Amino acid sequence: MSVLSTEQRLDLLDFYTEYATVLDEGRYAEWPTFFAQDALYRIVPRENFDRGLPLALFHCEGRRMMADRVTAIADTLMTRPRFVRRFVSGVRVLEVGETELQSQANVFLVETFRDRPTQVLLAGRYLDRITRIDRATPAHDASAGQPVRPGAGYLLAQRLCVYDSLLIPDSLVEPV
Amino acid sequence: MNESKVAMPPKARQWPKGGWTRVPAWVYTDEEIYRREQERIFLGPNWSYVALEAEIAQPGDFVQTSVGEKPIIVVRDLDGNINAFANSCAHRGVAFCLQDHGNAKSFTCPYHQWSYDLKGRLTGIPFRRGYKGQGGMCKDFDIAGRGAPPLKVAVRHGVVFASFDLEVEPLETYLGPAMLGYFDRVFDGRGLRLLGYMRQRIGSNWKLMFENLKDPYHASVLHVFLMSFGLFRMDQESAVEMDGSGRHAALISRRGGQADSEAAREMSNNLRADLKLQDERLLDVVREYPGPATVVMQTIWPNLILQQQSNTLAMRQIVPRGPHAFDLHWTFFGYDTDTPEMTQRRLRQANLMGPAGLVSVDDSEVLAMSQTGLGAYPERECLVEMGGRDVENAPHMITEVAIRAFYKPYIEVMGL
Repeated sequence: MSVLSTEQRLDLLDFYTEYATVLDEGRYAEWPTFFAQDALYRIVPRENFDRGLPLALFHCEGRRMMADRVTAIADTLMTRPRFVRRFVSGVRVLEVGETELQSQANVFLVETFRDRPTQVLLAGRYLDRITRIDRATPAHDASAGQPVRPGAGYLLAQRLCVYDSLLIPDSLVEPV
Repeated sequence: MNESKVAMPPKARQWPKGGWTRVPAWVYTDEEIYRREQERIFLGPNWSYVALEAEIAQPGDFVQTSVGEKPIIVVRDLDGNINAFANSCAHRGVAFCLQDHGNAKSFTCPYHQWSYDLKGRLTGIPFRRGYKGQGGMCKDFDIAGRGAPPLKVAVRHGVVFASFDLEVEPLETYLGPAMLGYFDRVFDGRGLRLLGYMRQRIGSNWKLMFENLKDPYHASVLHVFLMSFGLFRMDQESAVEMDGSGRHAALISRRGGQADSEAAREMSNNLRADLKLQDERLLDVVREYPGPATVVMQTIWPNLILQQQSNTLAMRQIVPRGPHAFDLHWTFFGYDTDTPEMTQRRLRQANLMGPAGLVSVDDSEVLAMSQTGLGAYPERECLVEMGGRDVENAPHMITEVAIRAFYKPYIEVMGL
């Protein structure tokens, strides 16, 4: 098993930060671009994960299903306006392979509505399989000449968000 | 009965003129109304859904759950029967069961180690006879007949109900033939497979959730996803049916057929004909039940929504938490005869449901908004006249008849 270089590790942290920032800023259409075409994204209650039960809140097989989630958020869901902010910490690299690494991080979301103080939305962790891609040829970018995003050397093959906060307050609208 | 141990507020609440065509906003906000509901409805002669047999398959398996807001334990006894009793120590009231679910041969309260069998009967008290001639319980203290208060249990086709009222009528007569028919349509005796749980705490009165599933009128105008991707349309063949009492109801729809231009105009505010799914597998729906119905959403008083929305099946259990909030526990299931392909189909369609559901987010959001409005203006009256002023079954869904039918027994049971 190899080890990430300092630069690679900083890039990985940038990748985590950039993902959270894009979602915090409501740029949902960019969310699928953090994933490989056939990546799996699931938000799973901890009790289901611990008991081996297959049900998830978000279950997206591939970027096209993720794009359909984005369509729903942008065009079909009726939701109260709010701000959501994500705090990602404790990024741990568990295993580094030839082209893929496994990592985990804690994630904490708060949301703020117009008529009440900021409240906790969700506490959980990411279980990730991340592919290292050649930065010189970012295969996932549709057009050449785009500024390279921080952490662009990485792409999610799989992200499971396993959350502890079993009683979601009202709704979970956005991806985590 | 008009007597109650729960006092009404000094300014006595009178139901508005108009009976079941009006719902006063205070019914969703008053503490006293809430406490009277807990006493008369949730402790009353009613069956509350508590578990699926598949959750407690082996002897000794137990789950914690609630009837109304009261914590209970549901456990499969060593002889295979299912018991339910209050999570409440006979000594000094500790809610002694720690684990959410598990397997046990007995229960022991951690405080003083009083122990219980799987029927909730008290079986042991440490130092009952004292120590070296000192202390202990009095000689006339009898352990027999003591324990955690039991509930009556009914099991039908893999579904477990419980009631604190030990004289409650049989489940079959409680549901009545029409509702029993829709229940047995989903629970036809096949073994069930547990797929998992989703849970949320919604900031609204519990009755609003129940009413939401008695309100097919909103489905065609709120749920843009449902309409735009052809899952539900007001112009589909459909029906609203209640049991004789009005407590329970079923919303039935049959998919298919050409879209109607008049209906499309009425829904035009929210109908997005331009939207297309990039991945059609989300809505790869197959007919799995005999008969023409494709979707049946059933409400069973006082705490259950039985969801059959295409191929996503779930029990939604309501646990009230005061007048302004309730917990909604979703238990998703399939059948033990499901192919891996069918299970995958159910998991994909579950994207529509739950706290993050592409359809159900609209509901939890609008319920929170309802409570904000109702809580601020408790003297207002809600109008429930869509479809008329009666409480009869309707062969369409442009109606609020099931809500009117719900308030008919509610007004009577609550003595309002």
